[in-house]
Amino acid sequence: MTTTPAIEIAGLTKSFGDTAVLHGVDLTVPAGSVVALLGSNGAGKTTTVRILSTLLRPDGGTATVNGHDVTTHPEEVRRSISLTGQFAAVDEILTGRENLVLIAELRRATDPTQVATALLTQFGLDEAGDRRVSTYSGGMRRRLDIAMSLIGDPAILFLDEPSTGLDPQARLEVWRTVRELAGRGTTVLLTTQYLEEAEHLADHIAILHEGRIIVEGTLAELKALLPSPTVEYVEKQPTLEEIFLAVIGHDATGTNATSTEGSPS
Amino acid sequence: MTTHLHDTIVLFKRSLRHVLRSPDTIITTAVTPIAMLLLFVYVFGGAIDVGGANYVTYLLPGILLITVASGIAYTAFRLFTDVSGGIVERFQSMPISRPAVLWSHVLTSLVANLVSLVLVIAVALAIGFRSGAGVLAWLAVLGVMTLFTLALTWLALIPGLTARSVDGVSGFSYPLIFLPFISSAFVPTDGMPGPVRWFAEHQPVTPIVNTLRSLFTEQPVGRDGWLTVAWCVVLLAVAYVLATRIYARRLAQ
Repeated sequence: MTTTPAIEIAGLTKSFGDTAVLHGVDLTVPAGSVVALLGSNGAGKTTTVRILSTLLRPDGGTATVNGHDVTTHPEEVRRSISLTGQFAAVDEILTGRENLVLIAELRRATDPTQVATALLTQFGLDEAGDRRVSTYSGGMRRRLDIAMSLIGDPAILFLDEPSTGLDPQARLEVWRTVRELAGRGTTVLLTTQYLEEAEHLADHIAILHEGRIIVEGTLAELKALLPSPTVEYVEKQPTLEEIFLAVIGHDATGTNATSTEGSPS
Repeated sequence: MTTHLHDTIVLFKRSLRHVLRSPDTIITTAVTPIAMLLLFVYVFGGAIDVGGANYVTYLLPGILLITVASGIAYTAFRLFTDVSGGIVERFQSMPISRPAVLWSHVLTSLVANLVSLVLVIAVALAIGFRSGAGVLAWLAVLGVMTLFTLALTWLALIPGLTARSVDGVSGFSYPLIFLPFISSAFVPTDGMPGPVRWFAEHQPVTPIVNTLRSLFTEQPVGRDGWLTVAWCVVLLAVAYVLATRIYARRLAQ
């Protein structure tokens, strides 16, 4: 593993008109890690990701991605990254396969057809591959979206709110995909407003609040910030999500989605 | 350079596929001008005196301009859909040619409009349009229509990039469709009252219509030819500069 961090942000500021969105964000993302940028709506998560993916120019501070400065070397940055935006950026009129071929052609893959076929299989979209994307469910769209982002093997992947607007099943599918990516060594920076999502997926969590990173560290480090837990005996109630998944007969065992908090030991 | 060309072609194939999957856009583009053609020839035409000329032939140039003016509304709509759906952002975060996104829409617009124009001319032929124009004159017609379509297409990219709603996107083309009515397209300008006549004779549609009409009727094009080229080139240049600036500004907020 290289010693250069995949992403390094220092003192990043950005305003839209009179509204300051980022007040000086500092963040370091080690190569090969999964980092969650956690924050509520309007905290500046999307703005940060858009600056890192060269879609927005920062007002101040520096941001380097894969060692390249986003303002002075945007071309090199674009070669190192892939962005999966907040809303699935897929072509509704094309089929899933055609979407993948399109991106593979733009990324100059040697055999776009073969790349598309392989990704359709990997993301469980074989059967739907030749159907128009307008017929896909939210979860299928998201998976296609992520599959499109993987073409060309980018070193760093930005996932902006990957599970927003998805039903619980689709969210579990997306989580599984992200974990597989992490297993392959891709650096992932994901933004989320769901604490649970950050907890499940990320090695490192940075809490972005009102345009600043207020806390950063591993889950264990964050937990250590609070006084040590006291042991309480509480009857374990299933969460509504567990009930929902159980009654619709969805198998959630492939994930560690069950909560162990507060269970008597 | 090769990147621009390669990426433009890849994106052009995509956009062309959109058109092929909704052929209704080409048909609707052609239906309104065809309806106008029939209406004017069979309803109003009998009451319009164009000095004994074949009225279908007289009318066709204006109808062709209306065809393009309604056709580019779909160009604006397609770009708007790409911008609002987020796929343009995806393209812009990728290491590809940035102008290719706009140029692919320009090429698609040219192809789609040329197909609509051929449909309209076919109907005109069926109802009595006749022209003794030779190959060179037809090439000149093709040249004028291409230049006009290019200019209007770049103009259409502006609402495509800036509109906030679908209604806003299509609304811009109505004045363009209306413009030929206050020109020499349907009736000679001689009979119009002073200020209207002045406007009609100094707006771009009149020289373009006159040029096409002269080409169809094997008459010398004269001064109208230069005016046509000048209007189209100026419009194209202004629209191109505005559209590319707006596009660049969207990237560098």
